[in-house]
Amino acid sequence: MTAPRAFSKFREVEAELERSGAALFRGDDGQESLVIDFPYSIRYIHSYAEDTPFFLGLAEGKLRGSRCTRKSCGFVYATPRSHCMVCGSATAWMEMPTRGRIHSWTTCHFGSEAFLKETPYNLALVEFDGAGSLLMVRLKECSESEIYVGMPVEARFDPSPRYSIRDVWFVPASDARR
Amino acid sequence: MVTGGVTKFAKAHPSMDFRLMVKRAYDYALRGIPNLTRDRIDGTRISYFSDHFSRQLKAASMVQDYLGLNPKGSVRIEWGGATGGECFQAAYEAVASGRMDVCLAAGYETMSRVKTWKGNEFIALASDTNFDFPLGGFYTGYYALMVVRHIYEYLRRSRFAHVTDEREAQRLAIAEGTRIMSLVSVKNHLNALHNPYAQYPKKLTVDDVLKSEMISYPLTREQICTMSDGAAVAVLCDEARAREFTDRPIRVLGVGCGTDTMRLADRPFGQVPLMPHEKAADYVDLDYPGVHSFRAGRQAGLEAYRMAGVEDPVKELDFIELHDAYASSEIQTYEDLGLCRYGEGYAFTESGAPFLKGFDYGFPVPEAGRIPVNPSGGLIACGHPVGATGLMQAVFAQWQLQGTIKKHFGDGTLQIKNAHRGAIHSHAGTGSSVTVSILERGYRP
Repeated sequence: MTAPRAFSKFREVEAELERSGAALFRGDDGQESLVIDFPYSIRYIHSYAEDTPFFLGLAEGKLRGSRCTRKSCGFVYATPRSHCMVCGSATAWMEMPTRGRIHSWTTCHFGSEAFLKETPYNLALVEFDGAGSLLMVRLKECSESEIYVGMPVEARFDPSPRYSIRDVWFVPASDARR
Repeated sequence: MVTGGVTKFAKAHPSMDFRLMVKRAYDYALRGIPNLTRDRIDGTRISYFSDHFSRQLKAASMVQDYLGLNPKGSVRIEWGGATGGECFQAAYEAVASGRMDVCLAAGYETMSRVKTWKGNEFIALASDTNFDFPLGGFYTGYYALMVVRHIYEYLRRSRFAHVTDEREAQRLAIAEGTRIMSLVSVKNHLNALHNPYAQYPKKLTVDDVLKSEMISYPLTREQICTMSDGAAVAVLCDEARAREFTDRPIRVLGVGCGTDTMRLADRPFGQVPLMPHEKAADYVDLDYPGVHSFRAGRQAGLEAYRMAGVEDPVKELDFIELHDAYASSEIQTYEDLGLCRYGEGYAFTESGAPFLKGFDYGFPVPEAGRIPVNPSGGLIACGHPVGATGLMQAVFAQWQLQGTIKKHFGDGTLQIKNAHRGAIHSHAGTGSSVTVSILERGYRP
């Protein structure tokens, strides 16, 4: 094996690691530090546990929220939770409307590594009539210049579900101003 | 608090691992205090945010080990972006409870061990991995969602209330909001020109900030802090020890911590916990906190002010080191901390109140010096090595209060004259946890 090549810019060290797996970083004071490529990957066994009905619902083209079962509370969660954060009681599953309004939005021109290839993409928080909380989703079929707070939107569901929050996305409703 | 130390924050410190970085900050802190030898330290609280960045579990044990502090007691502290602020409070609690006379708070982060966009992924794992992370795994996106609503609540409905075309009004409001956020970015970068510890000191114009790369609409690159490597330490002790170690101790006058839901989507619509200078009538139409404000920051501020006896923070504090991971969240936090009412953050920024007096920012700052925020340059200009950041704020605050900025920075330009009392503010996870600590000069000059 040949000796690792030395670089004074960290950027060049990063590039060298992709080529040969090792490099020397030479600091301003002349000190050399050996830097190596050190890959790491893992497959998680991830259970949706009490959130399961929501993700199964997406596969059936349904948005499931939850409603607090305590009569004096009755808080409705558009992003479901199985116990009410207001009063602590159990909640019951309920079907949410598939139509709502944009509460807030953004267009992401970057993302974390796993999502960089999807940029630009829109994120939106959607509000629903009768619900006390919101749902965060991808917003498609519209661009930065068309989106506004209050815009009516409706859900679309992936016909080949992957059991992820990405199985649902929203698009401008037919009566949205474009 | 008797002493502290900080390493210069940098994109990468490949020639120092986390142990050596902490050691450098620790040696700097102890150098100035002859009586404070290692044997006087009863134990430590050590903070770093992410095991993913370290790829070394129980890394805090290795810091303890490297500093030669075994077998004294130690606990690792992690609380998202507020990790450093929480570490400071944990050390305070260790002393206040009587468990220790002298406690070392030490924090670090080495974010350069992965590429920037992988680092963003690690940070975004501090969002709900069932519902939020798979949408893009991007904190800047979350903060953009929050500021778009903040602008809608507070600029669309005020300055642009007269514009009848809804979409046009929202566009104008966002343009106005981002222009004002840019003032904050210019301020923090410019202040940092006099701070040798800062990662990105520079003179920018509002136009430079607005025209920098769009990251997540409407947030541009210059409005966002970056990844850093760095470490910081602070030494806290009881009053008797403090007077023995230094004739310029800093008293921790109040501590506060608040929390909120992990998911933005769950932030309930309720009422504002009021500061003494606010009335319920100010907020009759306001759904709070929604995604536009940080209830955790309000709670942390209220608790810390109550403990410190602070009623009007603008009058009673001389400066704030505020967690400006985003220029937007600095403005949102002015309101949470009661520097102005909810809805007044943009006007408060434009008034110049959070700017330093006597600086040429390139635009008028008529009320400069009223309550300087981030005189050091904040996270936007200093960098944000998460586990160190809140402790860095404590160290900069200590130097301000002691009047020793010139000694430590080699440049006294950022010294606030007669700074007597200040606050440090550390913020995590889209506002899911926030700490505020109030520090005061503990001696007569």
